[in-house]
Amino acid sequence: MSGLRILVPVKRVIDYAVKPRVNKSQTAIETTGVKHSLNPFDELSIEEAIRLRERALPVSDILALSAGPAKSADVLRTAMAMGADRSIHVQVDTEKEGDLEPLTVAKLLAKVVAEEDRNVVILGKQSIDDDAHQTGQMLAGLLGWSQATQASKVEVEKEGSTVTVKREVDGGTETLRAKLPIVITTDLRLNEPRYASLPNIMKAKKKPMIKKTMEDYGIDIKRRFKTVKVVEPAPRQGGGKVEDVDGMIGKLKELGAL
Amino acid sequence: MASSSRPFMRALARSTVRTPKLSACEPLDITDIPPTPITHLSETEALMKDQVSKFASEVILPKSREMDEAEKMDPEIIEQCFEQGLMGIEIPEEYGGAGMNFTAAIVAIEELARVDPSVSVMTDVHNTLVNTAILKYGSEKTKKDWLPQLATNTIGSFCLSEPISGSDAFALKTRATKQPDGSYLLSGSKMWITNSLEAGFFLVFANLDPSAGYKGISAFLLPRDTPGFAIAKKEKKLGIKASSTCVITLDDVHLPASALLGREGEGYKYAIGLLNEGRIGIAAQMTGLALGAWENAARYVWNDRRQFGKLVGEFQGMQHQLAQAYTEIQAARGLVYNAARKKEAGEEFVADAAMAKLFSSQVAGRVSGSAIEWMGGMGFVREGLAEKYWRDSKIGAIYEGTSNIQLTTIAKLLQKEYTG
Ligand SMILES: Cc1cc2nc3c(=O)[nH]c(=O)nc-3n(C[C@H](O)[C@H](O)[C@H](O)COP(=O)(O)OP(=O)(O)OC[C@H]3O[C@@H](n4cnc5c(N)ncnc54)[C@H](O)[C@@H]3O)c2cc1C
Repeated sequence: MSGLRILVPVKRVIDYAVKPRVNKSQTAIETTGVKHSLNPFDELSIEEAIRLRERALPVSDILALSAGPAKSADVLRTAMAMGADRSIHVQVDTEKEGDLEPLTVAKLLAKVVAEEDRNVVILGKQSIDDDAHQTGQMLAGLLGWSQATQASKVEVEKEGSTVTVKREVDGGTETLRAKLPIVITTDLRLNEPRYASLPNIMKAKKKPMIKKTMEDYGIDIKRRFKTVKVVEPAPRQGGGKVEDVDGMIGKLKELGAL
Repeated sequence: MASSSRPFMRALARSTVRTPKLSACEPLDITDIPPTPITHLSETEALMKDQVSKFASEVILPKSREMDEAEKMDPEIIEQCFEQGLMGIEIPEEYGGAGMNFTAAIVAIEELARVDPSVSVMTDVHNTLVNTAILKYGSEKTKKDWLPQLATNTIGSFCLSEPISGSDAFALKTRATKQPDGSYLLSGSKMWITNSLEAGFFLVFANLDPSAGYKGISAFLLPRDTPGFAIAKKEKKLGIKASSTCVITLDDVHLPASALLGREGEGYKYAIGLLNEGRIGIAAQMTGLALGAWENAARYVWNDRRQFGKLVGEFQGMQHQLAQAYTEIQAARGLVYNAARKKEAGEEFVADAAMAKLFSSQVAGRVSGSAIEWMGGMGFVREGLAEKYWRDSKIGAIYEGTSNIQLTTIAKLLQKEYTG
């Protein structure tokens, strides 16, 4: 296969609009009976992969992958309805095994990259459940590939070998240029993900979804970290309002900050 | 009659078991399917519901109030509805549609109404009355001529009611006369035509032979740019203001023989068939509306508004009302989804559809009315959407058969069952 062979890893997480609550035993966020959806950053990744193709770049294949419980198939279906060509569902009983750690996921992705002969991986910079913000970087490290994290603009040159990525950093934007293969992680301003249209939802039914297990890839899912305790942030103290600048200075003095 | 009212008999009579397939007009064989909760959606329906709901709350909601005040549908919203495939839900893929099933259309109409009942009725009339008319009764040529346009860029209107004929729809006076060359001339006027301001296609019912009474009624396909067609007046309404409703005049409108839908004199049958199904769509519009109104108020009383030191939604007097209202919404939804699934399975659904529409429009009126009261003054102002839901709910008891007409239909069918 020539051209861009893109892997887009996606995760099913608690919907961004749901207020997360800590479970009774204070070991995790309550997930039962809570609306889940595709991690918003992963929507950006899929959208970007589709846009590369729509820009008439030589994209030969967009593969979506999710490692998680049976229900993760839902987010893969969403990914395919948006425009991914096919998907792999690596089944993990997170109920029993706990959530996968970033390094475990990175190792899995490295295996998939090799097996599926990928030259571009586009991932969300983080997933909004544990906000670890690590998988993309670890994957680039394991693969020894270039990495461009928190992308706000991605350009691939027509022949499809050089990638230019703009990333927002403190105080400005940084422009990176790299040769393929590359790991890109997406940031909020990269694009506006589309809604899957009804005809595309129907077409996605015919796209293949392959079921795999972690053992198929020889990945050990044992957790290296133990979650000791999960607590909600302390409720915020109500602030006061001041009338004007003088009022503010007075208040700051009163608090001993000036 | 006996066979269609007894699905299990029909199922027994079938010799082979077909693989379940959801498509526009073919009934679904449910003989071998274990009973599932009526609220259960297929994977495709669930994914679609999710995407439509997002589209509605992120794209339509920000424009809802503005469109209501301007009494105008934003052209961009129309375009986006086409892009999303919301205007060709049941139109097969080969004609440029999504090729989904009837219940999928119901889900979409409900999700849209949860945010904006005007956008919802635009898609409802277009899908369940116009597209379905062509899918069910159109020749292959008619389908090829119109379905790709209706799925991608042309809005449709359904023109049955007239100034003199509302509930008594078949007393319509619009005349069609056949010319020696087989073409037709149409003259008359139509009233209350949804989508007509924006539509490019009109399904017009006219009488070819008034001496035959309602058996003279025939259906014609009318492109907007036909000479003699005009919009006479746009109504100013209480609710669903962004959805256009106009009076149309037809002055010696000349149509080719190919503009006849199906057969001469069968228009009344088509209208009855379409409205029987269409009612489930209106019922879904009303349950979506009720849910939207309820959620809008629930968010306010359970998150924002405090009185006497607590959230107003924490008073038991409020909680019981919220619980009662939500229960009624779920009851109405049960009727709606049951009617839709029965239609899809090819079972007798006329009474179910009438009950669904009757009840859901009542629930929508009650719930959206109470929701205003739960929000106090904030429910009464035109800043939020509470008062809009209530105004929009009124139409549910009027179009596609008034509540009295639904009651008459239900009673007639019951009486038949319990007589003799
Ligand atoms: C916003 C809007 C959009 C519409 N869109 C369309 C459209 O797209 N296409 C279309 O063809 N039509 C459309 N209609 C027309 C709609 O279907 C009719 O308004 C409806 O059928 C009622 O007819 P009517 O208004 O003439 O009321 P009437 O028939 O005059 O009824 C007045 C009252 O009398 C009662 N009544 C009448 N007959 C009986 C009876 N036999 N027994 C007991 N009570 C009875 C009714 O229930 C009602 O309460 C629309 C109407 C509105 C308001």
